[in-house]
Amino acid sequence: MQVTISINGEPIIREIEPALLLVHFIRDTPGLTGTHWGCDTSNCGACVVQMDGLPVKSCTVLAAMAEGHEIRTVESLEVDGVLDPVQQGFHEEHGLQCGFCTPGMLMTARALLDANPNPSEEEIRTAISGAICRCTGYSNIVRAIRWAAEHESAAAPRS
Amino acid sequence: MIAGGHSLLPMMKLRLANPELLVDINDLEHLGYIREQDGQVRIGALTRHYELLESELLGRHFPVFADAERVIADPVVRNRGTIGGSLAQADAAEDLSAVCSALRAEVVIAGSGGERVVSMEDFHVGPYTTAIQDAELLIEIRIPVRAGAGSAHEKVERRAGDWAIVAVSGALWLNGGTIADAGLALSAVGPTTIHATRAEDHLRGKAPSEELFAEAGAIAAEDCRPTADGRGPVDYKRHLAGELTRRALRRATERARGQEG
Repeated sequence: MQVTISINGEPIIREIEPALLLVHFIRDTPGLTGTHWGCDTSNCGACVVQMDGLPVKSCTVLAAMAEGHEIRTVESLEVDGVLDPVQQGFHEEHGLQCGFCTPGMLMTARALLDANPNPSEEEIRTAISGAICRCTGYSNIVRAIRWAAEHESAAAPRS
Repeated sequence: MIAGGHSLLPMMKLRLANPELLVDINDLEHLGYIREQDGQVRIGALTRHYELLESELLGRHFPVFADAERVIADPVVRNRGTIGGSLAQADAAEDLSAVCSALRAEVVIAGSGGERVVSMEDFHVGPYTTAIQDAELLIEIRIPVRAGAGSAHEKVERRAGDWAIVAVSGALWLNGGTIADAGLALSAVGPTTIHATRAEDHLRGKAPSEELFAEAGAIAAEDCRPTADGRGPVDYKRHLAGELTRRALRRATERARGQEG
């Protein structure tokens, strides 16, 4: 079947098997291997992307179900060489070690801050409770998201 | 039929489900709503978990929903999963089936011949089996709004976001100082959601008290049918069934009293 899926604002048209998962559709697109394919059981959260602004686990969405929807991946965060505040926060607060969970963490964090610009530590921990970091850097990840929240509120509102 | 897909796709990956054809119903956006109508709260089958959690209307009438939603999977999964999918999956360990059973909900099933309304009691036919026939679709959940209501959901899980070891949904409707009606349903302690009807009968017409809740808990623990598995042995699950029944009734009563006052 042929599908058209908008990824980071660009329509991708491709002939696919109906059973193809969204995570594989994304990763099979040149330049978009930032989204990670982890547990494949909707537990680990490495594959989280945004679908119409909401974080979803792309290993548990069929590519065909994303037709007509707006997908946003980790590659969309950096614009013209400027890191998104959540990326900068992960850098500043050492929010990653091996980096495998990072794309999902970043997209989950981005969606959290878009909905709630000043989340408490508890709200952050709830938001990322569907994402597993096996380097166990949760404390640093929480600090990284707080860093982003503080620096975003200080800067101009994001468009 | 695929909605949120967070039960069906994992089953397909495990080859437990092998559909030849999938119909994606996510575009039926008119099936996503929560509204009050004709003395009922009506919930469209395509309403997502996060919408149930955030609903002010549900929070006011049936706080049991928010209790359950906070412990169903994780926030990202809750962005996709739907109430219709949860009920139609009919997993005995699933939380919303217990919530809807305790609240005496009815479901609306639509087919080419029209619509029919089925009680939760008749909806659960067996493990992973419901009253929905071929070429039919679950479209709405209806919950009667009655005075003096209080409700709560209690769950013990191995880790955050896991399926329940045992979960209990409790609802009661107070009239003056007595329990006019009670609803009790248990998850993960039988082949389907367990309706604790004998415990409900025991509660009806009596004044709420710790002793009464303990008695109802003992009856529910006796009437459920847990099996030993990786989540624990039978006696532990029966113990949880009793204790969680007590806790759910205690909290439901506090809420009903808050609402009355």
